[in-house]
Amino acid sequence: MDFKDYYQTLGVSRDASEEDIRKAYRKLARKYHPDIASEADAETRFKEVNEAHEVLKDPERRRAYDELGQAPPGGRGYQPPPGWEGGFDFAGAGPDSGETYSDFFETLFRRGAAFGDGRGQDSHARITIDIEDAYRGAKRVLSLRMPVVDRHGNVTVADRNISVTIPKGIREGQHIRLAGQGGPTFEAGSAGDLFLEVSFAPHPVYRVHGADLYLDLPIAPWEAALGGKVVMPTPDGKVELRIPNNARTGQKLRLKGKGLPGRTPGDIFATLKIVNPKVSTDEARAFFEEMAKKMPFDPRTELGG
Amino acid sequence: MKKTTTRPGVVEALSLEDLCRFCQADEAWVIELVDEGVLEPVVGPGRHLRFEGVAISRAKRARRLNRDLGINAAGIAMVLDLLDEREAIMRRLARYESD
Repeated sequence: MDFKDYYQTLGVSRDASEEDIRKAYRKLARKYHPDIASEADAETRFKEVNEAHEVLKDPERRRAYDELGQAPPGGRGYQPPPGWEGGFDFAGAGPDSGETYSDFFETLFRRGAAFGDGRGQDSHARITIDIEDAYRGAKRVLSLRMPVVDRHGNVTVADRNISVTIPKGIREGQHIRLAGQGGPTFEAGSAGDLFLEVSFAPHPVYRVHGADLYLDLPIAPWEAALGGKVVMPTPDGKVELRIPNNARTGQKLRLKGKGLPGRTPGDIFATLKIVNPKVSTDEARAFFEEMAKKMPFDPRTELGG
Repeated sequence: MKKTTTRPGVVEALSLEDLCRFCQADEAWVIELVDEGVLEPVVGPGRHLRFEGVAISRAKRARRLNRDLGINAAGIAMVLDLLDEREAIMRRLARYESD
């Protein structure tokens, strides 16, 4: 177990006032909050900041933490002195649930945490699926680290594998409820539920908004000019799409009901993008020269000047 | 490791009480979010509020922003709008950058 320097995490001195600590926390929280920040490691950073704040904002916890002293030299694993917890009562003062804290925190402040009687707490987690999974439905195995209470009331963290059926037509932001798979409970009460918030992994081709699917559809200049049928991929397989003649780049075509399935299925919106072939042979070059000669066309008339 | 299988249920619509349980918030807080337009419930039979499933993630997000950053309901309404806008812009940007 590593010693956590909570003062360093918040960037405050050891004699910082409560006000200083609050300000430092808020500033870092705004920067790293997972709902706001876009950096990849923001969530990890935020958890550290949050944990430091959970300890330092509470005068009793802070005093207890200060008594533990400094980090041991040489980076050896940290062991709290035996019986150090005497005189402090942390039971029932646990921070908001649904957060995970470091082993350091759990050992110091969560030992013997008393859980409420009756039903266990609900747990929340996130599951990332592919767009194709939402079209067809899928089965996934989810690995979760969850607190487990033994019969003495001690809380430990255990890994659990839960297999989850992803129902067909699920939308981003919807929740899947797994009854009885939530937080731990003492033998008597019923366990809480586990709620999985669904999010979609970024897809190289498709973008999803609600039940609708968006993609860019590249077409050749002659397909744009002449119109006709082209084959377009969808998560559900290939479909034929009719391109109107004189189609423009940026023009949106709608395929009704081909979006995410459901009671009111979504649509697919294809944004056309005219792509020029690369001219590499003499024959192709001659062809374009011929077009340049025979087709008087100035695409810049609208620019004026 | 324990392995378990459960039949899942998608949460389609939920009552005010359910929503409070989900985001660990009290009713007054959820009503405040409704007043600020962060959540848009439909009024069902008996004038009970019904929230769509996607309201959960919005409400949870709002709860976290309040708890961690001390933002009130009006501020959250604005933050969420701006975040939606930012996401739309990032999505467009990603499209141009991929070319």
